[in-house]
Amino acid sequence: MAVYQHDVLIIGAGLAGMRAAIAAQLEGADVAIISKVHPVRSHSNAAQGGINAALGEDDSWEEHAFDTVKGSDYLGDQDAIEVLCREAGPALIELERMGVIFHREESGRLGSRSFGGASKARTYFVGDITGQAILHVLYEQLIKHGLRVYEEWFVTDLIVEDAVCKGAVAMEIRTGNVHVIAAKSTIIATGGLGRMYEPSTNALICTGDGISLAYRIGAPIIDMEMVQFHPTTLKGSGVLITEGARSEGGYLLNSEGERFMSKYAPNMMELASRDVVSRAEQTEINEGRGVDGCVLLDLRHLGEERVRERLWQIREIGIDFAGVDLVKEPIPVRPGVHYIMGGVKTDIDGKTPLEGLYAAGEAACVSVHGANRLGANSLLDTVVFGRRSGVATAERARSVMGWTPPSDRYAEETKRKLQAFLDRPLNGDRVAKIRLDMGNMMSELVGVFRTEEQLRLAVERMKDIRARYEKVGVENKGKVFNTDLLFAIELGFMIDCAEMTCVSAVARKESRGAHYRTDFPQRDDANFLKHIACTYSPEGPQLSEMPVTITRWQPQERKY
Amino acid sequence: MEVKLKVLRYDPESGKEPEYRRYTVDMPESATVLDSLIEVREFHDGTLSLRCSCRSAICGSCAMRINGRARLACKTQVSSVAEDGEEIVVEPAGNMPTIKDLVVDMAPFWDKIRAVKPWLQPSGPPPEREYLAPPQAMIELAEVMNCIMCGACVSDCTVLEVDKSFLAPAALAKAWRFVHDPRDGNTAARLRELSEPSGIWDCTRCNFCVQVCPKDVKPMDQIMKLRAEATAIGITNNAGSRHTFAFTSTVKEGGRLNEFQMLPRTHGLLNIAANLAELPGGIRMIRAGKMPSPFTHKIPGAAHVKRIFKRFEHAKV
Ligand SMILES: Cc1cc2nc3c(=O)[nH]c(=O)nc-3n(C[C@H](O)[C@H](O)[C@H](O)COP(=O)(O)OP(=O)(O)OC[C@H]3O[C@@H](n4cnc5c(N)ncnc54)[C@H](O)[C@@H]3O)c2cc1C
Ligand code: SF4
Ligand code: SF4
Ligand code: FES
Repeated sequence: MAVYQHDVLIIGAGLAGMRAAIAAQLEGADVAIISKVHPVRSHSNAAQGGINAALGEDDSWEEHAFDTVKGSDYLGDQDAIEVLCREAGPALIELERMGVIFHREESGRLGSRSFGGASKARTYFVGDITGQAILHVLYEQLIKHGLRVYEEWFVTDLIVEDAVCKGAVAMEIRTGNVHVIAAKSTIIATGGLGRMYEPSTNALICTGDGISLAYRIGAPIIDMEMVQFHPTTLKGSGVLITEGARSEGGYLLNSEGERFMSKYAPNMMELASRDVVSRAEQTEINEGRGVDGCVLLDLRHLGEERVRERLWQIREIGIDFAGVDLVKEPIPVRPGVHYIMGGVKTDIDGKTPLEGLYAAGEAACVSVHGANRLGANSLLDTVVFGRRSGVATAERARSVMGWTPPSDRYAEETKRKLQAFLDRPLNGDRVAKIRLDMGNMMSELVGVFRTEEQLRLAVERMKDIRARYEKVGVENKGKVFNTDLLFAIELGFMIDCAEMTCVSAVARKESRGAHYRTDFPQRDDANFLKHIACTYSPEGPQLSEMPVTITRWQPQERKY
Repeated sequence: MEVKLKVLRYDPESGKEPEYRRYTVDMPESATVLDSLIEVREFHDGTLSLRCSCRSAICGSCAMRINGRARLACKTQVSSVAEDGEEIVVEPAGNMPTIKDLVVDMAPFWDKIRAVKPWLQPSGPPPEREYLAPPQAMIELAEVMNCIMCGACVSDCTVLEVDKSFLAPAALAKAWRFVHDPRDGNTAARLRELSEPSGIWDCTRCNFCVQVCPKDVKPMDQIMKLRAEATAIGITNNAGSRHTFAFTSTVKEGGRLNEFQMLPRTHGLLNIAANLAELPGGIRMIRAGKMPSPFTHKIPGAAHVKRIFKRFEHAKV
């Protein structure tokens, strides 16, 4: 019998995981969170710009929903988008009441800024540390509610018996011990997978673990070709410069000093949707009007005062990581991998087609972002669907009958798998080398602009990568804090995800949102207004189709 | 650029004491100490353990001692600590037990964060929508919300070195965040608890936490604000604030500090146990000739000092 057992096990302590945990506990369930890093180290802390909600008097949830549908290039499921936008207001007010110190207007009410792809100023923020400010407040609530956290435990496998997910196997990083944690419901809230590209705005821990874990036990994964490239990532390290910089009035300039967005999106200019701005930048760079592989983000005209009040962190980032003070000089930026719209397929309550398995946050695909996520809709996604999945799992804990926990033998299987890495000799290749090769290949072949030829090549290259991975060993043989071993397992997760991205991208022979095929430059609703789903097979991902839900907004041409 | 690192390694499984190991890696000019350590870990020595994630000074994972001082490795450019290619000494953060290499056990850190009851405690029922709050108050709170819980301040706090029970800078700065939040309804109780032993009065104002904080949270300044707030609402019945009052009142009376009267005024004349506990220190001070006679004379300008006090007190009202 498993030593650790709960009604609800939540994998991940980012915004989605913590919000789910609080909801499930308030509904009376016995809840535990498991996270490979301390909760406040989760990548949600990096979100700078803000969180959307149609709270303004001149705004409505319908307008927010329409902007989101349009932003998604009509691939988002409209029933889910309706839920997202309807619940946005209450979700935001709730965060405020928990203690988030959102920016205020003189009247003392919440103040907002406008973000890309939005028709109204509905992005609420805390300077440029919004994610951190919300994440820390949710952690405060975790303390308040006395929630159990398995901190620095790393999930290596999910357990499935008779097509029901029954919890997870995890390694305690500090001791190297492996445990089974049984649960009536398991929520994947493991965040994104940006590290499968090189470079990326994502933290080193964003390795697609949960998406791969769910895939391996048979859950469908959808929209994996939809990878978002953020228009403003810093030259070199690829650290993010928030969209807030443009919404505060920043300009994008090419080598000729021209505000080139006037050619690509004359109405919205720098605040067009992310895919549009990223392609515009890449076109300028490709056509020789870039500066050293970048374009310039100019904020000098905002003045030091405004920067100090609203963009203090990115000023610091510019100085620390590129030696540029944005008050005095424009910053070199370029499109960089940022977010995965796709993920584990769920319904509006976080439920996946596999019984007992739920997902929320960036790892999930409800799908509200479709082919392109609007800025500041992701934090909203984490809290709205985090809460809903928490409630749904608590409900399941109450109703499930005749549930038997899994045995401890799953821990033995995992131990054997881990031992195999330790037993293999270090024959020249290294986990880090394979990861870098894969990341560079993905950036080169599965980037902002894609072609059939490149994508097929990428599929082939992934086979080599996997073959190398299956022979790789790790150098550290110890048990205590063996990060070397951890990275080896994470690489396996990333390889699964990258394979899914490559084959889905080949299959989508059209251009929609973030997925732009130079060989098929038009959107093709007749053949591709549908989700592409991947399911596991030993030979690689098997593809199928899933319908897109349309409620009230028929597809139109998308112009900014 | 060649980067030379001297890293303090410790592996509890080896049974060996911690020892330094040297590495040389080739890095681009703009590399940070973290980039260099990752290069070591990925391509030279996979047994090296450290925590890091965001690479952009926001996750708080990578605080460690670099050339003897707590810093975030990801925010520290190699060129800023080794201008001419000198060796960079990298050690785990201080004041916390080492688990392995550069990884420390932060459990004591989080215990203290929990001890200040770090969640908003509004009084009364919530409003219909958001709480109304002055914009300036929120901007002021942002200074403290900037804290990424990296523990650099705790690593280098001088009081914590001798007294493990001290709540320490990060938790106290966090406490300020609630005391100063116009939405919180529990200010007085919070301040009372913070004024207990191991709290705000134990800081010696060495300023180290302010110097090492990578996010400019200025923990010591927040502690001083807490002291002022506590005093302002009359929480003065504790050793720390009595010490402060004793300090000012002896100066006010005699124009100079009367150290002999400090102890009884701090602990209360009848608290014999506490006064006796300080006796050995006092005796050492007398022996070393550092304790002035109990019968200090007023300094010649005492009347003038009193006038200064008067004026100041007047100005305050
Ligand atoms: C630089 C940056 C800026 C952004 N800015 C914005 C913004 O302004 N507005 C917006 O809406 N969105 C923004 N986003 C997107 C948004 O931040 C993320 O999509 C969102 O925070 C994801 O939250 P999450 O809870 O799903 O996952 P995360 O916060 O990434 O948390 C994942 C959790 O899963 C745990 N975990 C993962 N794998 C395992 C495992 N194997 N075992 C155990 N635990 C595991 C991790 O420890 C972590 O706790 C930004 C993203 C980036 C990269
Ligand atoms: S100023 Fe106070 S809290 Fe800060 S390091 Fe010194 S003793 Fe510690
Ligand atoms: S106050 Fe500064 S040094 Fe201390 S934990 Fe917070 S960010 Fe780190
Ligand atoms: S790696 Fe996140 S703070 Fe340094």
